[in-house]
This record gives sequence, structure tokens and C-alpha cells, in this order.
Amino acid sequence: MTEPEILFGIYCPPHPQPLLSPEASDGYGKLRDAYETCRKRIEESEADLILVYSTTWPSIIGHQIQAHPEPEWVHVDDDFHFLGSMPYKFRMDVEFADAFKNAAESRGLQSRTIEYDGFPIDTGSVVALKLLNPDNRIPACIVSSNMYANRAETIVLGKSARDAIQEQGKKAVVVVVSSLSNRMFTEHIDPSEDRIHSAKDDEWNRKILEFFDDGRLEDLSQLSREIHGQIRVQKVVAYKPAWWMSATMGQHNNYTGEVLAYEALHGSGGAVVILTPASESVGDKEFDEDDVEHYHGDRGVLDKGML
Amino acid sequence: MAKGEIVLGCLAPHPPHVVYAENPEQNEAFSEGGWETLRWGYNRLARKLKTIDYDAMVIFTPHWQTYIGTHFLGLPEFKSKSVDPVFPNIFRFNYDISVDVDLAEKMCEVAGEFGIVTKMMRNPDFRIDYGTITSCHMLNPDWDKPLVTISSNRNAHYYSAEVMNEQASALGEACARAIEESGKKVVLISSHSLSHRHFVTESPLPEDMSREHIYNHSQYVWDMKLVDLMRSGKMREVIDIMPEFTEQTIAETEGGGLTWMMAAMRYPNYPAEIYGYQSVIGTGNLIAAWDPMEATREIVL
Ligand SMILES: [Fe+2]
Repeated sequence: MTEPEILFGIYCPPHPQPLLSPEASDGYGKLRDAYETCRKRIEESEADLILVYSTTWPSIIGHQIQAHPEPEWVHVDDDFHFLGSMPYKFRMDVEFADAFKNAAESRGLQSRTIEYDGFPIDTGSVVALKLLNPDNRIPACIVSSNMYANRAETIVLGKSARDAIQEQGKKAVVVVVSSLSNRMFTEHIDPSEDRIHSAKDDEWNRKILEFFDDGRLEDLSQLSREIHGQIRVQKVVAYKPAWWMSATMGQHNNYTGEVLAYEALHGSGGAVVILTPASESVGDKEFDEDDVEHYHGDRGVLDKGML
Repeated sequence: MAKGEIVLGCLAPHPPHVVYAENPEQNEAFSEGGWETLRWGYNRLARKLKTIDYDAMVIFTPHWQTYIGTHFLGLPEFKSKSVDPVFPNIFRFNYDISVDVDLAEKMCEVAGEFGIVTKMMRNPDFRIDYGTITSCHMLNPDWDKPLVTISSNRNAHYYSAEVMNEQASALGEACARAIEESGKKVVLISSHSLSHRHFVTESPLPEDMSREHIYNHSQYVWDMKLVDLMRSGKMREVIDIMPEFTEQTIAETEGGGLTWMMAAMRYPNYPAEIYGYQSVIGTGNLIAAWDPMEATREIVL
């Protein structure tokens, strides 16, 4: 069987500063430059699909996939409304959205496409698509992050994306919108004095970036639970982006990693990274957790213990 | 100027399902009904509100989530469409609301004096969250009173439910002071469910009531514990066990709404009026009100 054609992956932060106020600090400017580099890379590639997994689009009813052909609105961030509005008009690949939904369902996931005028596309997706694909040259697709989903479900969702890319014969760029450490300062700050919230967050972020730099995506996926416990604010059940990214791009460590920028965004860790599939691996570790092909719902652990 | 006062406090859950089920002209989706226990409870509380003299509604919403302090709506009018990011199939509501900016600014100012990090929200493109819209629509479908929306700072995420409880109490005290100084009569609204575990699937017809039930019995037992305490006027105790309740039932009280409202009302030791309890997509939803006036306080259910 042929492999799906995934040209490269991008990991980038959801905060609006690189879009709305890149001049406010050196760091925001560097992140903006890194987005620019990614934009050019996409333009120079033969990509015909940008597939976005956004941690700032939470869902409850399974996995939602944006399927409005031209979603248009003026978005405002809940916290950073004072930085300005984000008008957007995107071009979505509706056929791909349908194929992704079907692929997810055939792997046992609950999924639906979303096609409503005025649907609130999240800050992370807006920032990423506006900076990476400003002229809508390439159609996009956005998938939500289910609040309750844990590892098995997220990995199966990634594999469904992979199925759909293959089935549609797309040349895809995979974009994961997520911070590294996500603890922000709880006070308003002078952007020029922005820094990572704590030394611990900074140290972990740098460790994660070492892995990215070495192209060790599956190792990061395996580290997800540890990352969640160490540097993620406990808003959702798990740190899922690396699970999804690895399951979508291929669960191995054979990538060329490029860390284009790492800067603070109101205290949280914002990095722009490109991962390109390669032939050289730094070697695979012995992975601890099961690989999953189908989602069978929550396991009936309690039932089994009952008399 | 006479001292302002809180004339009623309402616990007003905001699953968009109840607005969907009412089929108001503002909502684009059409339903065959559903969730009557909640809707009829809301209808009754809305009738009570019509008998009360008040100037503004102040609502604390979990669906305007802020991490950098507490934010207040700060423009006189917002007109747009609110589409629920989670249930867009049932809630696409065209709204036209007016805001009591003076009262919002006063609250922001006094909260600042209390040491709370605050921000006025003055971006005209800002979209009003569906929590605010659902609770306010159900309590006042005529939309003839100005409101103030207060964002929910996510202390429970960043620290713990205990810290949330303390911060939300401080905000409640500050808002009560601001209301007194404003000279206005205000209805407070704490907009949220109690237990808050959702089903992650939806029936083909969302209003198919043969499919609706609480997520599990443990959630129900906790919810009833709270209802019992409210009935017997033990609001101090409710707030004291709030961190445990919130953790055990992943309750939507994590946003701090009920704590904020009870602190502002100085922890009522009189019985709450209970208007209805029903599950919506597995979550536990209670409509209740606290009427400081003994003469008008009722036993509703
Ligand atoms: Fe809610």
C-alpha cells in the first residue's frame, strides 16, 4: 500500500500576538518571522491541503471538522481583545472534510462536519491560517480537540486523518496549533518584558525542542503524559497535540526537525517548528504504550471488577 | 442617592438546548421542544422577575474564559450572531443587547481596589458568549433590561478549586460594594450547570427526551446534596464544599459563578427557591433563586 503524502508538519502557538502585535516585542517579531518562513515553505511546496489540529477549538460531541467552503467572520480573542480584531475569510476543502469525517467514523470515532455561517473559528486556527496561508492559495481543513479524548481516541483520530489524506491523494501540510508550556501570567504585562513563566517551564520547553530538533516525534508522543503533568495547566485531560501529530504524520522518529523560533507569549512557551519526513532515524525507543487502530469507547474497567 | 441593592440572585444554567427548545425567533435552528422541566421552571422564574423592580442584570459566565484577570463588557451595545462552538447545530442566535456600562465600570473599579486584576472589554467586534445569551434569554425573553457580563477567570485551572473559591468570593464582595455605591437595583445571575460530565455522542434528534438522563448516579447524588443544602438555606456550607463538589462532579461551578453570587449576597441563610432540575446531554442543571425579601420569597417546588 502506498503511504499518504505528508510533505511536512508545523507546530506553532495559538496566541494572537505574532499576528496582531509582532512589533510589541523582539520575541513576538521572531515568532512572526518564523511563521513567514513556514509560509514560504508552504508556497514553495506542492501542497494542496493544509490540515490544522487546533488545541483552542474544544469539542464535546466527538470530533468536529470545519466544512464551510468559505467561513468568514471578525474574530476577537477572549483575553487579548484589546490587541484588535481578526477579520478572516478562509477556503476550506469540503471534500476532504467529508472524507476525514468518514475515515474517523470507520475507525469507531464520533465525528461530524460543521458548516454554519458565523461559526466561531478559534483564535489558534485563525492565527495559523492567516499567517501560513494569507491568500487562501491552498484549501484548508480544521479539526477540533475533544475535551474528554485521551490517548487512544487522539491517536485513532490522527490515523483517520492519515487515511483521508491517502484516500484523497492529497499532498498535505499538517499543522498543530499548540503552546508548549501553557501557563500565562495572570496579570497584564509589558510585552517587552515577556518571559517564560518559570524556569521549570523553560527547561521542559527546551527539552521538548531538543526532541523536535532531532526529529523524534514519536518519542515526544510517548512523553505526552509526562509533559501534561509537568508543564500543562490542567484544563483538559491530557496533552494531546504530539499524539495527534505523530499518528497523522507517521509514528516514528525519522524526521528532520527545524526549530525556527522559541519565545514567550505572555509567559507561555511558543515555538514554531517544522518537521519533515526523512530517511535517517535517531533510533526508536522501546515504546511503553499500546498502538491503537480502532476506537472502541471507554474500556469497561469497572464492569470487569464487579462480582 | 439611595444605596443600591441586589434584589434577586438566580442560578441560571445555560445549556443552549433550552433556548433551542423554545424556538425563539432569534435562533436559526428549529426544534420540536424538549427539556420542559427546565424550560417551565425558567418560564416561572421569568414571570417572577417581571414583578420585581430592577435596573440591570449582572451575569457571570463560564463561556467567556479569561486567564489574565476578570473582564467586564464595556460598550453600550452589542449586536451580532452567537454560534455555539460545541452545539452549533442547535444554537445560532441573533442578539441585540444593551450593556449598563456605568455599572460595569464601577464594578471594574471597585474590584481593582480589592486587588483583583481587571480589564474593560471595549472591542466592538467582540462576540457575546452563549452562556450569557442563554441565561438572559430564558430569564428575560423580552431583553428589555441592560446587562453586565463578567468573565470567569480560570483560577481552578491555574491553581485549584480552593483558590477559585477565594478569588470568586473576593470578586463577589467587590461587586456587592460596587452595586451599593451605584444606587441601582440589580439582579445577579450565576450562569452554569451543577455536575458537568457530558455525553460525547448526541442522538439524531437532540430533543429526543427518551435519550436524556444524568451521566451517572454519582453526579445526581452530588447535585441533590447541593439542592438539599440550598433548600435549607445553608449557602455557607454549599460554598465550603464547593471545591470538593467541583472536583468530584467536574462541575461547571469551576468558573466561580455560584461562589461569586453567594459572596455578593453574603451567603444567604434563607431557603432558595427551587424552579427545576433536569439533565441536559448528561449534565445536571438546576434553576434556583435567592430572594432577600422574605415577603416575596416562595416555596416553588
Ligand atoms: Fe456551559
